[in-house]
Amino acid sequence: MTAESPPVAATQERGASKGGGGGFSWAALLFLGPAAVLLVAFLAFPAVYTFALSFNRGRNGEFSNWVGLDNWIRLFTQDPNFLRLGFPPSGALWNNVLWIIFYVSLVVLLGLIIAVMATRVRYEAWIKGIVFLPQAIAAASLAVIWSFVYAPDQNTGLLNALIGTVGAAPVSLLGNRDTVNWALIAVGIWGSVGFATVILSAAIKGISSEVLEAARVDGATETQIFWRVIVPMVSLPISVVAVTLVVNVIKLFDLIYVMTRGGPGTSSRVIGFSMYQEAFPQGQFGYGAAIAIVMVILLIPVMIFNVRRFRAEAVVQ
Amino acid sequence: MAERLARIAGRSPTHIILGVIALVWLVPTIGLLITSFRPGADMRATGWWNILVEPRFTLANYERVLTNEGMGQAFLNSIFITIPSTILPLVVASMAAFALAWVKFPLRDTTFLIIVAMLIVPVQIGFIPLVSAMSGTPLLVTYGGVWLAHTAFALPFGIFLLRNFFITLPKDLIEAARIDGASNWGIFRTIVVPLSVPAIAAYGIFQFLWVWNDLLMALVYVQRNNLQPMPFQVNSLLGTYATEWSLLSAAAFLVMLVPLIVFISLQRYFVQGLLAGSVK
Repeated sequence: MTAESPPVAATQERGASKGGGGGFSWAALLFLGPAAVLLVAFLAFPAVYTFALSFNRGRNGEFSNWVGLDNWIRLFTQDPNFLRLGFPPSGALWNNVLWIIFYVSLVVLLGLIIAVMATRVRYEAWIKGIVFLPQAIAAASLAVIWSFVYAPDQNTGLLNALIGTVGAAPVSLLGNRDTVNWALIAVGIWGSVGFATVILSAAIKGISSEVLEAARVDGATETQIFWRVIVPMVSLPISVVAVTLVVNVIKLFDLIYVMTRGGPGTSSRVIGFSMYQEAFPQGQFGYGAAIAIVMVILLIPVMIFNVRRFRAEAVVQ
Repeated sequence: MAERLARIAGRSPTHIILGVIALVWLVPTIGLLITSFRPGADMRATGWWNILVEPRFTLANYERVLTNEGMGQAFLNSIFITIPSTILPLVVASMAAFALAWVKFPLRDTTFLIIVAMLIVPVQIGFIPLVSAMSGTPLLVTYGGVWLAHTAFALPFGIFLLRNFFITLPKDLIEAARIDGASNWGIFRTIVVPLSVPAIAAYGIFQFLWVWNDLLMALVYVQRNNLQPMPFQVNSLLGTYATEWSLLSAAAFLVMLVPLIVFISLQRYFVQGLLAGSVK
């Protein structure tokens, strides 16, 4: 789980005049041309194609017969692997909801706590470096690291060896439908806390020490300072980190694919996995296209957030 | 003295919690590393934490995964995939970012906002149309397809990051060069690029790590198993040798090796890029 995730803010705008202006420019065309061609051919055109294909059977990935809303109706009402509303709900889309609730909030919370605690010790750089290290690790390797930690054999699996020391029977967290999602979310958290720590730590250092001193002089406890001073003062960076993490969840694929193949059964699927699975191994291209469009729809609020935030910053300057 | 002891005692919860955190974040990776150097028989008999009482090490696991299990070829494949997939977007995004920052043309800000909007486009949107368009061409049985796909999907982030950096360069410098008759290409090559090395390096590191660690794009756009990169190979090994942790750990560590070197030696740029990208 690397930190490639699209960030969301703009640096200060100064220098070039705003609004563009000027007449047609050959230079602009030459400099922008390669990027424009690639963006249109690989992002814009495929988005339109995939949207249209979601209303088609899409045999071989091409337009075959139009099926109206069939793919969409099947997706939301007849496919328990994608969404089963009941108690408790299940399916790929529901798993994404679990990921968003638990992964995002715990990554932000742990990131904040580590960032705040680290500022008080001399080995701050070491702690941040250690927690940040998983940013460099491929999801495929993360999957091996944690499959090994979770291994049900008490001789080899660290977690079950620890459980064994208190005399409990070994558990197969990845082999059980009730625990697999929590085990995966824990790996996701482990992989991303460093990202949140580094960003939030930089923001916390921006809080003037006078504010914190004033709170201390007024008799606030450290817990009060954390919740009533630090958290509100870094609320913007928190929201930026949270949005990036939500995007990670919606695009999640590699970790699930390598660690569980979406199993046992289909219990740990997420939408990014379902899209790949339905389109390629299953060859249901129209159906897979509908899932890809669901991913885009879920990301549109993030897009609006990004654009608004960028415009707001451009105006402030 | 008593005061000092009290202060240390008062802070000990912080040290204990941070100590536990450091352990939780280090131990799984250390376990992997130790296991990759332990003989297979030891691995099956006892946990890696017994290394202190039975300190036996071997390179056999690495030898086997590199030669018999295809990780050597996959390592080369990862290099063939990653280098062009890093350089191409660096060049294309820098040029586009320059136009968006320093060349005047109609609808420039709108163009940039469209690119900001494209930041969220998931790679999945391209799978069906692009694979369908590329099938029958050599793109899917060489690295052409995966190079192009990686490049295109890296552009919104790269253009965003670099444009926001380029625009902070001193306007006077660029105006002066223009008055002296420098062309846009000359300004780009001799002023903007040299002054933007930290931002370009940050983007290069992001992109390198992203492509090197990627599995999904390779699964879709590389349709020859002997051309697949290391994450694909690790995934296949996990399917074949579900509990052969000696081999799996060696393979997993080989994938991590280059990113860890890049990361530790260039961490400064990486963190700067992260901060520029997400908070002001």
